[in-house]
Amino acid sequence: MTYKKRYDGRNFTESREIEAKAGVIKRADGSAYFRIGNTVAYAAVYGPRELHPKFMQNPERGILRCSYNMMPFSGQGERVRPGQNRRAREIAMVTEKALLPVLNLENYPNAVVDVFIELPQTDAGSRCAGICAASIALADAGIEMKDLVGAVSVGRVDDKVLVDLDYSEEAHEEGGTADIPIALIPSTGEMTLLQMDGEITKEQLINALNMAKDAILKINIEQKNALKNKFEVVNDE
Amino acid sequence: MSKDSKTNLIRYLSEEKRFDGRKLDEFRQIEIEYNVSKTAEGSARVKVGETEVIAGIKLEMGKPFPDTPDEGALMVGTELLPLSSPDFEAGPPGIEAIEMARVVDRGLRESKAIDNKKLCVKKGEKVWIISVDICTINNQGNLLDVCGLAAIAALKVAKFPGFDGERVDYKTHTDEPVPLLKIPIPVTVFKLSGKYFVDPTSEEEQEYDSRLTVTTIEDGTICALQKGGDAPITVEDVDNMVSIALRKANEIRKSL
Repeated sequence: MTYKKRYDGRNFTESREIEAKAGVIKRADGSAYFRIGNTVAYAAVYGPRELHPKFMQNPERGILRCSYNMMPFSGQGERVRPGQNRRAREIAMVTEKALLPVLNLENYPNAVVDVFIELPQTDAGSRCAGICAASIALADAGIEMKDLVGAVSVGRVDDKVLVDLDYSEEAHEEGGTADIPIALIPSTGEMTLLQMDGEITKEQLINALNMAKDAILKINIEQKNALKNKFEVVNDE
Repeated sequence: MSKDSKTNLIRYLSEEKRFDGRKLDEFRQIEIEYNVSKTAEGSARVKVGETEVIAGIKLEMGKPFPDTPDEGALMVGTELLPLSSPDFEAGPPGIEAIEMARVVDRGLRESKAIDNKKLCVKKGEKVWIISVDICTINNQGNLLDVCGLAAIAALKVAKFPGFDGERVDYKTHTDEPVPLLKIPIPVTVFKLSGKYFVDPTSEEEQEYDSRLTVTTIEDGTICALQKGGDAPITVEDVDNMVSIALRKANEIRKSL
């Protein structure tokens, strides 16, 4: 039996419903809320601010420092123990690499731009949701950027290549799966995050990457709208 | 806080005023939204003014403590997330977070808010363990009171997940609520230069002489106390502070 219809009835090229808001955390210099289906990410940006310890400072440019954290009640199963595990640290690292190519940090020597990503609820695709939120938050903080990085996971479930897998699809048993989180710079089409878990053929992979590009262009519109909406509200006051 | 703003705050308090126009014993607007995290067995977002926290409940099957073989257990954790304030740093919980979690925990435990015997599935072997985790989203002051309110709000709507006698099925939620018997509410009363005030903003809470957190339940019973700050307090202070806390707790309880 092949995977004919998605569990939640979406088209194979369709992402889950997206909700994006900028400026949701007042204490932060920039912030965002990004929801895709049942995966929710908050991102807050603090900085550019002085970097401690001092030996980590770079006199040529500012440093980007990301953290990724699942709230203890945000997992699909048992409580997630608080604190940074190996998975969270790896995701923080690839998130930094996904965002860095669009940032111009040369004007902030010896400083750090901190990005904190927090997830209150997850249903797969959390690192991509975190990157989408972080991008909006960085722009909200007024950090000089070439573009807004967008991200989504694509992959394979049984014989179908599809966009934005949820948890039930990742856990699909028959025929196997592949999960490919991707981040992309919309204006150039270049990828800044590419990972994969699972098994896939080369043809399916290329097909999946092209599908990711289309999906991310749509996500990018939502990211821009979030920023526009925030500044419209300011104008009303 | 600079010396100037401390002097300013003292002057305002002496004229019975706050920086934001509130009365000394007035809370900011309270907003509660329930079930904000679908992965939790119960959750709530509480906003008090611009301070915002999310509390989530997870229920797990565990072994009872040897001295209470027919009772479940409760754990409270607070995460002062670096996302919520420029003053919070990443890493293991600091003393501030530990104090908050312990004071919230004491309020729930000592008021016997949870019917622990109802958490027992098989005596001496299987009991439900309730984890209350409170995560800060935006810190604009008075986190302890807001965390305490969020904890009780999340518990109020928490439902048991499915359990077949062997395994917990987190995908199914039963209609059975967590056995919540009481509604303990912590209220912290601050004292600066002889004046009492509640629900401080981040700016106002940087300098105070003393504070007293008073957790009370519906019938007025006090179930937890915590004094903080460097200055000592008198019996008269306690009398005044407990009166304020009781009055405020009754108001706050209505927002649940």
